[in-house]
Amino acid sequence: MASVAARELADGEVVFVGIGLPNLACNLARATHAPHLLLIYESGAVGAAPERLPVSIGDPALVTGSLMVCGMADVFQCFLQNGRIEVGFLGGAQIDRYANINTTVIGSYGRPTVRLPGSGGATEIAVHAQRTLVMSRLSPRTFPERVDFITSPGHRCHGVSRGELGLPGAGPVKVITDKAVLEADSESGGGELVLAALYPGVAVADVRAGVGWDLKTRTTLSRIDPPSAHELRLMREVLDPRRLYLGA
Amino acid sequence: MSLTEAIASFVRDGDTVVIEGFTHLICFAAGHEIIRQGRRDLTLCRLTPDLIYDQMIAAGCARKLVFSWAGNPGAGSLHAFRRAVEGKTGGRPLELEEYSHFGMVGRFSAGAARLPFWTMRNYAGSELPSVNERIRTVTCPYTAEVLATVPALNPDVTIVHAQRADAEGNAQIWGLLGVQKEAAFASRRVIVVVEELVASDVVRADPNRTVIPGMIVDAVVVEPWGAHPSYAQGYYDRDNDFYVAWEGISRDPARLARYLDEFVYGVPDRVGYLVKHPGLAARLRAKQRLASGVNYGF
Repeated sequence: MASVAARELADGEVVFVGIGLPNLACNLARATHAPHLLLIYESGAVGAAPERLPVSIGDPALVTGSLMVCGMADVFQCFLQNGRIEVGFLGGAQIDRYANINTTVIGSYGRPTVRLPGSGGATEIAVHAQRTLVMSRLSPRTFPERVDFITSPGHRCHGVSRGELGLPGAGPVKVITDKAVLEADSESGGGELVLAALYPGVAVADVRAGVGWDLKTRTTLSRIDPPSAHELRLMREVLDPRRLYLGA
Repeated sequence: MSLTEAIASFVRDGDTVVIEGFTHLICFAAGHEIIRQGRRDLTLCRLTPDLIYDQMIAAGCARKLVFSWAGNPGAGSLHAFRRAVEGKTGGRPLELEEYSHFGMVGRFSAGAARLPFWTMRNYAGSELPSVNERIRTVTCPYTAEVLATVPALNPDVTIVHAQRADAEGNAQIWGLLGVQKEAAFASRRVIVVVEELVASDVVRADPNRTVIPGMIVDAVVVEPWGAHPSYAQGYYDRDNDFYVAWEGISRDPARLARYLDEFVYGVPDRVGYLVKHPGLAARLRAKQRLASGVNYGF
């Protein structure tokens, strides 16, 4: 997943980095094809060049050797709302048919079954980043037809499109999962997530079993190359030797 | 002033209290002292409640939480917070007032500027305004665009941890700056807690590094390692092992109570806490990465 996400990033792009796998993906891209990727963390580190894989988005290693450190008011006003962020990363406990994302509650807001952390910076990233990439493992629990709560807007919220809502960014254009990549259909097409590319050895039925709605499939599906030996070595031996994000 | 005196003088039952710091410079020493002094009915505000507010919620200090992201990054949940919200404590449920980070930053910015609200392009499509009626909209008088608004946040007291300050409280911070400046200017009272007290000359030699001027500061407290298990850039690293361990401690209310008994109620002050944490310096002391000086001459 991290290598697939890394390949989505072009050299020189400005990326708002989230914690977890996006962090690994961005640092992998920087170590391979995108050495001039500009990493901005919501904590205020701009042009970060961390010497160790950051444990959190507030890690002190993000400061050491970065281009700029600014307060969070500047991060959200001068960088994000200003339109300077080209790519944002999002994840969530639930992602629905229109790529609306829930990081707030499972169940009702007043009497939640599970209280999740909340928005953090996700709502404004979903609104302002020129495009966003979502990373999440496939399962029907994670991909219901409708999220329990819309924390961050996708392509259609209660029937209203992004254009009608006046949202500046293009929203979640791709959802990178552990089996496939889903893409958002055009706004005229309804903005719904459709199956666009498969990992090696994965069948369409495997992906459809992992989402809670009748997933449409592009007429021609791309095949995703597995990570190269070089990418695997970088991730396992250099970027994440302690397996913080890769898992055991 | 000692931290005991500062909390006794400036933090009262029922206050709106802010202990800010985004991952960096979170003043655990002050949170622990508030718990020890048994403050009640506090409205606790922070972007990321973090372990410190989880501990204060568990200790019964909080009536209400105003926040934007309540988790333990990379390690799990804040389980005392979750129990209080999911109705599993049997006590009075914790009131919530929830924003996104940008919303909380806007609230502090309005408070610091003594404006009634802050405006931003945000929240369209999100359901946050449907559960928080204080997130509203305004029509721009110049462009007729509908913009989101959040109300000013003016805390009774804000506590900021800084690397160093002089005796007047001119506080210098480097590394991640969070929203400490805005929170301090928004607040009625300000307590600055520092790793090191320095001479006024040291501050004056590098005035661009001063984030909080002494003129808005009510108390200056010296408390080395006062941010542990959070960190202070150039002084000590974050104790990530403790953040991971908190997942297990906070998941079990009995274990959490034993933690508070031993490390908060069981010590008189921060010095007592540090006695119970031998080897911190060997494990977490920051390596040297000095910046070159600049010429402030004219």
